[in-house]
Amino acid sequence: MALSTEDIKKIAHLARIEVSDSDAAATLSKLTGILGLIEQMQAVNTDGIVPMSHSQDVVQRLRDDVVTKTNQREAFQKISPAIGNGSEARAVDGGLYLVPKVIE
Amino acid sequence: MEWEVVIGLETHTQLRTNTKIFSGASTTYGAEPNTQACEVSIALPGVLPVLNKEAVNCAIKFGLAVNAEIAPRSVFARKNYFYPDLPKGYQISQYELPIVGKGAMTIQVPAVGKNAAYEKVINITRAHLEEDAGKSVHGAVEGMSGIDLNRAGTPLLEIVTEPDMRSAAEAAAYAKKLHELVQWIGICDGNMQEGSFRCDVNVSVRPKGTEKLGTRREIKNLNSFKFMQQAIEYETRWQIETLEDGGTIQQATVLFNPDTGETRAMRSKEEANDYRYFPDPDLLPLAITEADKARVSAQMPELPEAMKLRFETQFGLTSYDAASLTASRELAQYFVEMIDAGADAKPAANWVMGAISAKLNAEEKTLAESPVNSVSLASLLKRIADNTISNNAAKQVFEAMWNGEGEVDAIIDAKGLKQVSDTGAIEAIIDEVLAANAAMVEEFKAGKEKAFNALVGQAMKASKGKANPAQVNDLLKKKLGA
Repeated sequence: MALSTEDIKKIAHLARIEVSDSDAAATLSKLTGILGLIEQMQAVNTDGIVPMSHSQDVVQRLRDDVVTKTNQREAFQKISPAIGNGSEARAVDGGLYLVPKVIE
Repeated sequence: MEWEVVIGLETHTQLRTNTKIFSGASTTYGAEPNTQACEVSIALPGVLPVLNKEAVNCAIKFGLAVNAEIAPRSVFARKNYFYPDLPKGYQISQYELPIVGKGAMTIQVPAVGKNAAYEKVINITRAHLEEDAGKSVHGAVEGMSGIDLNRAGTPLLEIVTEPDMRSAAEAAAYAKKLHELVQWIGICDGNMQEGSFRCDVNVSVRPKGTEKLGTRREIKNLNSFKFMQQAIEYETRWQIETLEDGGTIQQATVLFNPDTGETRAMRSKEEANDYRYFPDPDLLPLAITEADKARVSAQMPELPEAMKLRFETQFGLTSYDAASLTASRELAQYFVEMIDAGADAKPAANWVMGAISAKLNAEEKTLAESPVNSVSLASLLKRIADNTISNNAAKQVFEAMWNGEGEVDAIIDAKGLKQVSDTGAIEAIIDEVLAANAAMVEEFKAGKEKAFNALVGQAMKASKGKANPAQVNDLLKKKLGA
């Protein structure tokens, strides 16, 4: 599968990573290399083999449905990043974490 | 051209657990913002998810209830997208290997106008476990949005159907049945106002008689059955009009506005659905054994379908009556309690679906709020069965019970409603009536059947409604030599 610089830009955007035009070319060749490796692996016959979803051959341990967490809002909100300018900047309001306005 | 609408539903049911799906934080609704948002809920670096056993049990219960395949091995995946109420940058969900596979549900579609009621099987494609996101609060602070992560990590079971529904009425009937079922088996509180049960509806249209599905639009987050029906009806009309005007339908997510009754497209960003799913390396595959299934199965209540059949065979109820009584677990329970208290099945069914339902509807009450409980109603029916009171008198007693005037026998005494079953007393009344209505007696003897009923009426009236109607009938027949 051949990737284009367009694809690189789209993938970067989906991951919210900034990739400059000059970096895009280098990233393109690295990613193409990875895809080449995957193509090589895809050539192996895997008929009848269950796809592996985890590197360890064990199953998920389950937790009892009992409340174990206490309210640590104050501690968490002390370290939450402030937004806004200078003295206006703040991280929380009325217990809510603040982020730049998002509207659909 | 005649068009056909094709509908499939995706329903998010919040599971009734004490804690979140991947952490021990409480899921109680309505807490102060972020007081139930632990380090896993807010996605601090280095935290790891640990799966809640009860969430898994809920999913198994649902699978058993719809006769579905339950995967011996299922896998959690990351669904990647960015939104502030999703602090990890991905939602843990299930993609290729969901916990619940194909199943089916039978729905009852009510009669509308000249179209009779009918049953239909709706196929379930899958149901998978996932975590809920937090909530965004807009407008509290100028230029900013506030984030409450109390809901983040609440367990959800997303239930997906095949595109099997062909009308808004079928979609609503399915949604109602599912809503009742998840409450019946105790996995969801069903509270739609609090968002415990949310439906996304996929709608497309195609020329009737063709196979190929049209392009669908998805109506998001419907939280009332009424709105669902309105939204589907509007969306269907809109799609048909668009196509008939020569336009095309673009795949889109739409929102329903209850004020205008219209749907409108929400986002059309081409990358919106590029979620780049991959298996979550933080979670191992979930294994469910036959023993697990058997253990959960043992905790399951009798299912509505099974109970309906039992009511038909055990009590001789009609299919319609049995279906009505098992429409909710609460109602079925009330009926069973009446039987246990000694009431006969058929009259019990009639009173529950008649008098009780009418009162509850009129006063917008739930069965739990009924002033007349199952045991009291059963004792009223016993007084009808043992001829203490007539059916008509029972209606007055019921009314009084509903208004809190006391228990059955006390009300019968206080109102003097005891039926007269003493043959001598009734005979005396009939003699008087016959003497006073000689003309009617002549009419009856001349062959007018109606005159007989009129005489029964007169006798009942003379007894102030207290005479046992069956006895009046018999004695009158005897006297008239009929």
